[in-house]
Amino acid sequence: MKNEIRIRGVRDLPREELFAPGHGLCAGCTAGTIIRHLLKISGKNTIIVNATGCVEVSTTLYPYTSWTVPWIHVAFENAAAVASGIEVALKVLARKGFIDSSKEIKVIALAGDGGTYDIGFQALSGMLERGHKVMYVLYDNEAYMNTGIQRSGGTPLHSWTTTTPIGTILRGKLQMKKPIADIIVAHRIPYVATANIAYPIDMDQKFAKGLSVEGPSFIHVLQPCPTGWRFDPRYGIKIGKLAIETAMWINWEALEGDFKVTIRVPRRKHVRHYLTLQGRFKGLREEEIEEIQKYVDLEVERINKLVGEEVIGPRID
Amino acid sequence: MEVLESPIKQVRIMLNSNYAVAYAVRDVDVDVIAAYPITPQTGVVEKLAEMLANGELDAEMIHVESEHSALSAIIGASALGARVFTATSSQGLELMHEVLHIASGMRLPLVMSVATRAVSAPINIWCDYSDLMNVRDSSWITFIASTAQEVYDTIIEAYMVAEDPRVLLPVIVAYDGFWMSHMYEPLYIAEDRSHVKALTPRRDRIKLDPLKPITMGTLVGPDWYFELKYQQVTAMKEAYEVIRDYDRVIGKAFGRFYEPIETYEIDDAEIAILTYGGIYGSLLEAVDKLRAEGYKVGAIRLRLWRPFPLNDLLRVTKGISKLLVVDRAISYGASIAGPTALEVIAALYRADSGLDVVSYVAGIGGRPVTEADFQNMFKLALKLGRRARELGTLYWGVRGVSYEE
Repeated sequence: MKNEIRIRGVRDLPREELFAPGHGLCAGCTAGTIIRHLLKISGKNTIIVNATGCVEVSTTLYPYTSWTVPWIHVAFENAAAVASGIEVALKVLARKGFIDSSKEIKVIALAGDGGTYDIGFQALSGMLERGHKVMYVLYDNEAYMNTGIQRSGGTPLHSWTTTTPIGTILRGKLQMKKPIADIIVAHRIPYVATANIAYPIDMDQKFAKGLSVEGPSFIHVLQPCPTGWRFDPRYGIKIGKLAIETAMWINWEALEGDFKVTIRVPRRKHVRHYLTLQGRFKGLREEEIEEIQKYVDLEVERINKLVGEEVIGPRID
Repeated sequence: MEVLESPIKQVRIMLNSNYAVAYAVRDVDVDVIAAYPITPQTGVVEKLAEMLANGELDAEMIHVESEHSALSAIIGASALGARVFTATSSQGLELMHEVLHIASGMRLPLVMSVATRAVSAPINIWCDYSDLMNVRDSSWITFIASTAQEVYDTIIEAYMVAEDPRVLLPVIVAYDGFWMSHMYEPLYIAEDRSHVKALTPRRDRIKLDPLKPITMGTLVGPDWYFELKYQQVTAMKEAYEVIRDYDRVIGKAFGRFYEPIETYEIDDAEIAILTYGGIYGSLLEAVDKLRAEGYKVGAIRLRLWRPFPLNDLLRVTKGISKLLVVDRAISYGASIAGPTALEVIAALYRADSGLDVVSYVAGIGGRPVTEADFQNMFKLALKLGRRARELGTLYWGVRGVSYEE
């Protein structure tokens, strides 16, 4: 792997801020933090393709912009297709001598869960199959937050959203969260990773790896959302941490098919610790919380089996 | 091989209109092509793929998974400064619809060929102009060609117009699916494609560049959106003169001078028939036959659909008392169902013209429109007189529909 930035701690990160303040993201929104880190890793020679979503509308209200790198938004479902066009154009324009080919320009597609799991999935799958050298970053806040908290394919089981209320008969989202990162791994691309804003160094290392591989890469970042998940804005990072500690979320990577859990959890907490901090799970019955726990247990078992050792430890309540 | 001695030396070959598009795209030295297969457009991309495979063209082709992605991908490439191309028909154009507006709103000089085709349902792969007329308000400059020769010339012209800093709007070059996309005709193309490349030099424009970063496709609120859209109105209006400039450039280079509106036997005509696309050839035959019968009739062909050539229309219809407009698309529920008839009437209204317009819809879903059809449409219009106006639009050749009493 070339150009790999060595990141062992925050001191290894460039001081320069390429994501300007003054944007309109909600107080406590962790998407802004993700982008700040992302641009520190990618640097100035980057083109961002942003799908329609929270980040797009909050950072580019005309005539202002928070982006100091070239940035383009076209529509909701086509970030991967637009990025494909840019990547290909970079190649052919360099070959024909229309642009300077001495410096590599990185292409990053940035989209939320709606633009990735659902409406943008076809374009994403096409981009991966064609093998474009694009890093696709999914900031997953587990619902359509930009339109006001509607259920997406990334919304977890029993979560409240405005289109999946927790009522007397229907109890939040009735389906499981789509295993998007596993589906991306099935595309056999060079690099796929899951990350979590509460573990920024792990996340940044993954951004760096994703940018260094030849071909497409996909980084799936959990992005706690105070507005949509119904928690106090100061708890974003705490909730991200609890997601890992309860194994509701597991940070892993698959480099050329080599699967590795990057944040080990020797003893994990009951999911209750993660759920009770968030208003979106308020009012769940004990058996529903246990149902969520059961699925987490199964996933932990699957991951441990896949790795071949107990990377996620037993539950302590 | 027959050679035409024009400033750009040309050779005579046989091509269908799909292949004529491909040769023109090759000759302007396009950088990025993205397309998805759909009948009857497919030949364009197949031919381009062949040219790429044989090193006849230095470009990249993105084999996208949908037309939506085809247009999105070339938007990305164009935003980076590349010269780009896509082609489609019917459902493909419908699937692109959302992105069509974005392409023009972002002021990107894309070029797309459309082999026109009916839209589903029922599914029908044959020619009419329902697909093209559906994208009328998406702010794309739109040409409708009527021969393979014109297709070749117009694709080249389309890049000149689109990339001109006075315009910066995307361009569609449309032609009949099957009637033209699959029919071979003799035409002249540049003998040495480097001459076409020289005729269409690259122009600098605002683009995605890390050295001069810009933010494209931002959120714009009620305080600015209208002004940005008005810029498109102005650009479309100004595009007319730019198109006339490049009509002359193409004319001088190739010896073929195009007009936004073409006419035949119009000077002493009392009645004229207006149409567009490949069936214009049949109309010319019909005019000859009607003239032989003693009717003072002429033909008008609309080559430029957007921006609509208002003054050209007024000029060519000056001495005429009745105008038949033959459309191959239906605007369902409209007071006049023929889209160009509607446009023509609006244009005449602006000039306070008392010209009597008869709206015909024919050829829907690939039903042939022959010279006999034109002759009979003409005779029916004469017979109906003012009653044609009360009827609104006459649907020609539909089973069980008759306007004779």
